[in-house]
Amino acid sequence: MTALPIPYAASSPILRLVDVGKTYATGSVQVEALHGISMEVDRGEYVAIMGPSGSGKSTLMHILGCLDVPTTGSYDLAGEDVAAMSEDALAHVRNRQIGFVFQQFNLLPALSAWRNVELPLCYSGVGRSERKERAMKALERVGLGDRVNHRPGELSGGQQQRVAVARALVTDPALILADEPTGNLDSHSSADVLQLFAELHEQGRTIVIITHEREVAESAQRAVRILDGQIDSTVSSSLMSLR
Amino acid sequence: MTWGETFRTALEAIRSRLMRSSLTMLGILIGIAAVMLTVGLGQGAQAQVRSQINQLGSNLLIVSPGSTTTSSGIRGGRGSASTLTTRDAVALASPVVAPDIAKVAPVVTGSQSLTAGTTNWTTNVVGTTPDWLPVLARTLTQGRFFSAAELNDAAAVTVLGSTTATELFGGRDALGQSVTINGTAFTVIGLLNTAGSSTTTDDDDQALVPQTTYSSRVASSGNATGISTLYIQARSTDSLSAAYQEANKALMGTHGVTATAADFTISSQQSLLTTATATDKTLTVLLAGIAAISLLVGGIGVMNIMLVSVTERIREIGLRKALGATPRVVRRQFLVEASTLGLAGGVLGIALGLVGAQVLPRFIDQPVTIPPFVGVGALGIALIIGIVAGVYPASRAARLAPIDALRSE
Repeated sequence: MTALPIPYAASSPILRLVDVGKTYATGSVQVEALHGISMEVDRGEYVAIMGPSGSGKSTLMHILGCLDVPTTGSYDLAGEDVAAMSEDALAHVRNRQIGFVFQQFNLLPALSAWRNVELPLCYSGVGRSERKERAMKALERVGLGDRVNHRPGELSGGQQQRVAVARALVTDPALILADEPTGNLDSHSSADVLQLFAELHEQGRTIVIITHEREVAESAQRAVRILDGQIDSTVSSSLMSLR
Repeated sequence: MTWGETFRTALEAIRSRLMRSSLTMLGILIGIAAVMLTVGLGQGAQAQVRSQINQLGSNLLIVSPGSTTTSSGIRGGRGSASTLTTRDAVALASPVVAPDIAKVAPVVTGSQSLTAGTTNWTTNVVGTTPDWLPVLARTLTQGRFFSAAELNDAAAVTVLGSTTATELFGGRDALGQSVTINGTAFTVIGLLNTAGSSTTTDDDDQALVPQTTYSSRVASSGNATGISTLYIQARSTDSLSAAYQEANKALMGTHGVTATAADFTISSQQSLLTTATATDKTLTVLLAGIAAISLLVGGIGVMNIMLVSVTERIREIGLRKALGATPRVVRRQFLVEASTLGLAGGVLGIALGLVGAQVLPRFIDQPVTIPPFVGVGALGIALIIGIVAGVYPASRAARLAPIDALRSE
């Protein structure tokens, strides 16, 4: 972590939520999915958000990923307040600051691996040759330099998820946000992908991983436990294994 | 995302669902081809009528027996006996009575069987005067037309149309040969130059004889002075309407009738053209209307497929949005996709229309003339249909919330 350039002061975290709440109105019933969430993630941190299904961790992930905006509270991402942003501005933030890794991989089946990886760059107006170059580099980084022209259907689950990780890396985002990235993988591929996250963390990437699996959370530095829409506890991973 | 990339993405999306995209395009394709062919048929028919009427000769007025109820009508309720006679022709030819009339050619016709050696051919035999040739603006390829002397003597001479000559004599030289009409042997003294054929009558298939010979030797009935049509040539285009007035007045005088009881009709090239064109226009509008409906149905097909496509690709849309696509970019992607379908259908439709324009005349014996603006217009219409059909599905795709889109299975 010493080699990492840090543009923000230690006191300025890359991600800061203050008293964030989210209420959904389903018909006449108000559902409070999140309540009073305050948390910070520093640059270069590797954080797991844990919780059983229905705990509100998916809602939290949507807010962290700028896919949704909080009803109350404020959310600063890389120095920008995204809580009150327009849809277009949010799309821009998602494009520049966040790299998503989904449980379902969400690769476009008609496109080859490198075309999938270059996709976010298409939306940020990067030229064609640079896009290809960066996509190739990202695929090499995840160990798929020899699979660049394969389509998702021609790759194993673990390989597909690594393509998705390459796609998350390619824009050089402030935050890599992974939602149950090992949920659809066998144990061998899971270990593979977690190893990849660990390496990226070593290189100074900021990673937030959402999971309900303890083993996955244990690979992170710190786990934030969500229960009934509130933060239940925050533990460092060394303590977690003692539990 | 640049327009070029948006277009590439649209092409990829179309290609990955090739079967469905082709069927969608088929709707537009058939509609565009149908519109082009109907307009082409209408234009072809109009051009044909125009050239036929122009062939009749310049500054021409045509007097036919009977009257019509409408001023622009070209066909009157012709009575059983012709009301026009050779006396009318003589009266109109007089420079005192009608100073604006240059020449008059009376015509009497009937279908007759012609025999040359062992060959038979049934055609229109026309009895007329030497003025027929200049009045109808025809020329000869060989020989000469009959003279005034031959008209007076009721000479047994004939001038044949090119088709008639070929049918009777094959490749042999017809000039000087003998042709038997109704038991009388006629000598072929001239051959007409081709005039081109119309759908109703073939101007190249006729045999011309002196009017006097016709009434004495060819006509089955004994009406020696009755004629079927009078062709009048005005001195110039400018004097056409004066010639019309003079002819009208003179004929009412010789027939002893008033304007309301007129037993003849005078029409000009212009009125013939107007009537024929109006009829063709009605038909063209009707057919084009039907074709336009098929185009509309094609457009609805495009919209339908785009809506299905949006529903099917809800995850893809969610992913693109998560990766940074703004609503505008998503809308544009689907709009470009729909208009590409429309445009591709249009281009293929034009190709089919052009092929049809070449092939169709061989089967229906009607010329098909596709003016260039129809092709350009059809392309524009296809594009507009694609865009209009794409607006609703595209805005639906743009409005999808990324989380809902990603969540859907």
